Amino acid sequence: MVATALAEAVTHPAAGAALDIEQVSHAFDIDGAELPVLSDVSISVEPGEFVALLGPSGCGKSTLLRLVAGLDKPKAGRLREDDSRITRPHPSRVVVFQDPTLFPWRSVWDNVALGLEAQGILKSQRQRVDDALDLVGLSSFRHAYPHQLSGGMAQRVALARALVNDPRILILDEPLGKLDSLTRITMQAEIVALWQRKGFTTLLVTHDAEEALVLANRVIVFSDRPARVKADIRVDRPYPRHRGDPYLADLRRQILGLLGLDATW
Amino acid sequence: MSTYSLSDGLASGAPRVSRVPLLTAWVKDSGAGVLASVAWIAFGLSCLWWADVGDWSRTRSLGIAAFVIAAVALFGTVGADYLGSAGKALQKRAPWLVALGAFLTVWELATAKFAWLPLPFFPPPQAIIEVYTDDLPKLLDSVFASVKLQLGGYLIGAAVGFLTGVSIGWSRAVGYWVHPVLRFIGPLPATAWLPIAFFTFPSSWSASTFLIALATGFPVTVLTWSGVASVSKAYYDVARTLGAKPSFLVLKVAIPAALPHVFVGLFMGLGSSFAVLVVAEMIGVKAGLGWYLQWAQGWAAYSNMYAALIVMSLLCSGAITLLFAIRDRLLVWQKGTVKW
Ligand SMILES: Nc1ncnc2c1ncn2[C@@H]1O[C@H](COP(=O)(O)OP(=O)(O)OP(=O)(O)O)[C@@H](O)[C@H]1O
Ligand SMILES: [Mg+2]
Repeated sequence: MVATALAEAVTHPAAGAALDIEQVSHAFDIDGAELPVLSDVSISVEPGEFVALLGPSGCGKSTLLRLVAGLDKPKAGRLREDDSRITRPHPSRVVVFQDPTLFPWRSVWDNVALGLEAQGILKSQRQRVDDALDLVGLSSFRHAYPHQLSGGMAQRVALARALVNDPRILILDEPLGKLDSLTRITMQAEIVALWQRKGFTTLLVTHDAEEALVLANRVIVFSDRPARVKADIRVDRPYPRHRGDPYLADLRRQILGLLGLDATW
Repeated sequence: MSTYSLSDGLASGAPRVSRVPLLTAWVKDSGAGVLASVAWIAFGLSCLWWADVGDWSRTRSLGIAAFVIAAVALFGTVGADYLGSAGKALQKRAPWLVALGAFLTVWELATAKFAWLPLPFFPPPQAIIEVYTDDLPKLLDSVFASVKLQLGGYLIGAAVGFLTGVSIGWSRAVGYWVHPVLRFIGPLPATAWLPIAFFTFPSSWSASTFLIALATGFPVTVLTWSGVASVSKAYYDVARTLGAKPSFLVLKVAIPAALPHVFVGLFMGLGSSFAVLVVAEMIGVKAGLGWYLQWAQGWAAYSNMYAALIVMSLLCSGAITLLFAIRDRLLVWQKGTVKW
């Protein structure tokens, strides 16, 4: 079922874009005091790469994603998509936020259609909305309102809303955090399949080292706030990956050590 | 039906187990209807049994009408099963029919028959019916004038208030200039402008329209503004990353998200504009229900005043009901998220 939905969804293949994060630092003002959040972060992502970002809670991962999306400007440093500087949001870089933030006044279908509507191309491309809904398995809920969905369903709608735009860089902020473990594993497989098919560049924030290792071909570990790149780990394993793979287990131990959890595990 | 099914056999052929539950069910469904018909028969009798203490021409017709209503209540609720949704609706309202019939009976006795209440000030039901039949043209003219004035002023005020509210909520510059003006002028009751407005406007009609618009506009502006201002930033972030332009952010994000607040403003505006309407009609405009009330008072025509009051309250509650219906249509999505 998933495979056919995927095949239908691939109507507009968009190759991934390169992403350059160059010496980016960022800080927030809280009550006049400066709170440094990112400190001299440099990451260079190849087109089509799948990069997972791991780090302690509150270290600044979501903040970095907002900078990549173009929603905020960094205090210092530069971000580039291919060769153009990122200064504002663009539908080629779509974010699935930590919170699904569906529009409660729109039906599921209308929520997914949001991007195409905003870009003024919905009329001619309605099929893409249907395909995206098929992809996340929510076609029968197209007329439902967000308050009628479960947390996991809402997150899937948010994913469909992002995918329908055929982004060149897909930015995922813990999109699977609220899902039950079963749906989570299914969705992980779907994300990988989708990424392999469409070739977009993916940036995934997650708390789960195992998830990072199953999905990404590169795992970046951040330090505590202000976030610095602590480690940049290549995961050279073919897909589909197995959770029990001793190579991955070894990497996992290494990553948990970097996160200061070696004692507990 | 050619095929035999189990349920068919049960429904027609099976013997009734017991009659007692059926009886209680019947009382539950139709008891109130029977009571209602009793109450209205009592009202009819109270009209016809004794002689009126005054001179009213509609007493007999009213009594007969009461019997007709009693009959409708009885057959309507007892035979509700054959009347479909109309019967169900009647059954649901039967308790109110009981109360109304009882109230009218007491009113009839207290005024027309035994004059327990001082007479010219408390006219009997038949006197008010008399107004509706004999003074109908003038009353209808007044209704028409009131509705026209109210509708014009309200629509202008709501539209201007909505646009102003969205502009203040959206643009810092507009907010800078409009906010203090709103602070200064808004809380003033619109009726305070009355004397000045009647001088400065070319006609009392345009002056009243302005005042009604003002009374509507202030709450609509403030609530639209606060609605737009309280829209979560996360919605804008989502829309912006999906390629939304500023116009999309206003029309498709800010306004729909603010709509529940806008409706609160529209309800408040409706209430305060009714007050302005009646005062404006009493003081300046020589038409409408407010003016009719004033005129009736001048002639000590108390039945006319009650008749006009009843019409007025029907119109006001009708307007509120209409606004509720519009809101329910536009905000269906809210139904599951808040308690209505
Ligand atoms: N708009 C803001 N204003 C002020 N401070 C902020 C703002 N957004 C984030 N912060 C601060 O920046 C820090 C990093 O926040 P961020 O949301 O990036 O963390 P995170 O790494 O995504 O954490 P988590 O894994 O829990 O989601 C936090 O300490 C937070 O308090
Ligand atoms: Mg976060």
